Amino acid sequence: MIELEGLTKRYGEKVAVNNLTFTVRPGIVTGFLGPNGAGKSTTMRMMLGLDRPTAGDVRIDGRHYDRLKDPLKYIGALLDAKAVHGGRSAFSHLLCLAQSNGIPRKRVHEVLDTVGLTAVARKKAKGFSLGMGQRLGIAAALLGDPRILMFDEPVNGLDPEGIHWIRTLMKSLAGQGRTVFVSSHLMSEMALTADHLVVIGQGRLLADTSMADFIARNSRSYVRIRTPQPERLLDVLHEAGITAVEAGGGAFEVDGEKPERIGELAAQQQVVLHELSPQQASLEEAFMRLTAGSVEYHAHSGAPAGPQWGNDWKKG
Amino acid sequence: MSTPQTPMPPAAPGTPYSGYTSPIPVVRTHLGHALASEWTKIKSVRSTMWTLGVFLALVIGIGLLTGSVVGGSASEGELGSESALALGFFGLLLGSICIITLGVLTTAAEYGTGMIRTTMTACPSRGRVLTAKALVFFALAFISTLVSSSLVAVAQVGMVDAREPSGGEWLKATVGVSLYLALLGLLSLVVGSIIRHSAGAITIMIGAVLAPLVIALFMFSASLEDLRNFLLEYSIPNQLSVFYANSLSESGPSGWDPLWIMLGVTAVAFAGAYALLERRDV
Repeated sequence: MIELEGLTKRYGEKVAVNNLTFTVRPGIVTGFLGPNGAGKSTTMRMMLGLDRPTAGDVRIDGRHYDRLKDPLKYIGALLDAKAVHGGRSAFSHLLCLAQSNGIPRKRVHEVLDTVGLTAVARKKAKGFSLGMGQRLGIAAALLGDPRILMFDEPVNGLDPEGIHWIRTLMKSLAGQGRTVFVSSHLMSEMALTADHLVVIGQGRLLADTSMADFIARNSRSYVRIRTPQPERLLDVLHEAGITAVEAGGGAFEVDGEKPERIGELAAQQQVVLHELSPQQASLEEAFMRLTAGSVEYHAHSGAPAGPQWGNDWKKG
Repeated sequence: MSTPQTPMPPAAPGTPYSGYTSPIPVVRTHLGHALASEWTKIKSVRSTMWTLGVFLALVIGIGLLTGSVVGGSASEGELGSESALALGFFGLLLGSICIITLGVLTTAAEYGTGMIRTTMTACPSRGRVLTAKALVFFALAFISTLVSSSLVAVAQVGMVDAREPSGGEWLKATVGVSLYLALLGLLSLVVGSIIRHSAGAITIMIGAVLAPLVIALFMFSASLEDLRNFLLEYSIPNQLSVFYANSLSESGPSGWDPLWIMLGVTAVAFAGAYALLERRDV
């Protein structure tokens, strides 16, 4: 369990993390979501005692991180897969971490096996691909067989097979009763792995909700219809008390109605349909709506216009 | 997961934090664990071993070379009242660059690679990390210098026909210089921890060794006489030379003074680095 209370981090004038209060509970995967620069990594660094909070508090199972005597057994973290000395072999890297926490040497072999790096254990880390580096970072996180796991953007740079592997791993870790905390800037990724969702933007808490709740509230489901007889269709639907909205391209959208019912109505009244499909607004859209006001680095769509560009850049 | 699935004991009673409990026994870690970890780190990187190898080659190679040149050409009494131990100075002066590099890399390289975040996550007691690095490095530097300088001293005394050195002189030319060089390396390690940048810290340290001497050489004005003498006498090469009872001047540090000076400077720098490490974000 990780408890944050009013956690705040300021760099000079800039507030990176603003009064965050939430709890990461055991037994589930908690997704930590926010656009780039939202303060996710800073928050995670404060959880690990790397950055000192300007105000507030974060506790790991009731204690401050720097009070943990053998932290790797409490919390395993993958912050940055490149945080490895390139000249050191995967085995030596894990060994020096194990030694600092009194973890037996045979555990190093075990985690290398778990992440599938046994064959390259004696190879220098600088020759590793992005995916292998990520696996080495995960091996380091698993080293102490910790109760809490923290992954910062774990799927970055992984191939589909690796992404699938990480998802399965995170779910099985949570299934064993561990606390799993994963950051990402991809809603679609979180929708597949997380049970609970914490969303931040510009360092502020925007949502702290279960995934199911978030989906129920934010995913609008509707039926998309196309017909060569739009007037007749609208009449038929109107009589049945159903409102259809024109959606452009000759299509109509109906909210909160089952496609079966619309199809049956159309059949009874002999209206020809060219399309009748259930649709769901993507969670990605919901996430973008949620964080729209708090995205730090906006890209302007279209070509930048001459002189304003420079001014804009300075403001940013 | 290949974690052995032994029946899990219940979570510690009295805590609300249940959940997973690992079969790996809990160990209360101490400085010994950090020392083992730092030792693994130092020996598992090839650049460290190369730097140390070059150091040994320089000290022993140059030592034997000067010994054979002086021993071969010298007529009796060329060294005057001096013993042959003083010939060890040249190799050590050049070798000090390797020790400085090694010291800086021990701390600063972790900032360059990002490894420091992994290190500090594994051991949140930052002071313990710095202490372990300092102890492991100091021992390594001291033993390497002691072995190579002793070897060179014995060889040179055997090769060159000069006054037999006294016991005190032997001690200063082996243990004395080794302590001095290891402290110089430790100072570099501490500067590396403060600067957090390998190239920057190495430049500062090599500058600190060479600049005072070079600047002093070009101080011709009489009004700068005092400053010039101070820079010469307290420059690191001259302090190293004091261990061989050689000095650029009659005043200035003598005997074991250089060791106490370096000890004081290093202690102050270490305290500063320790305080900064506790305060700064990693």
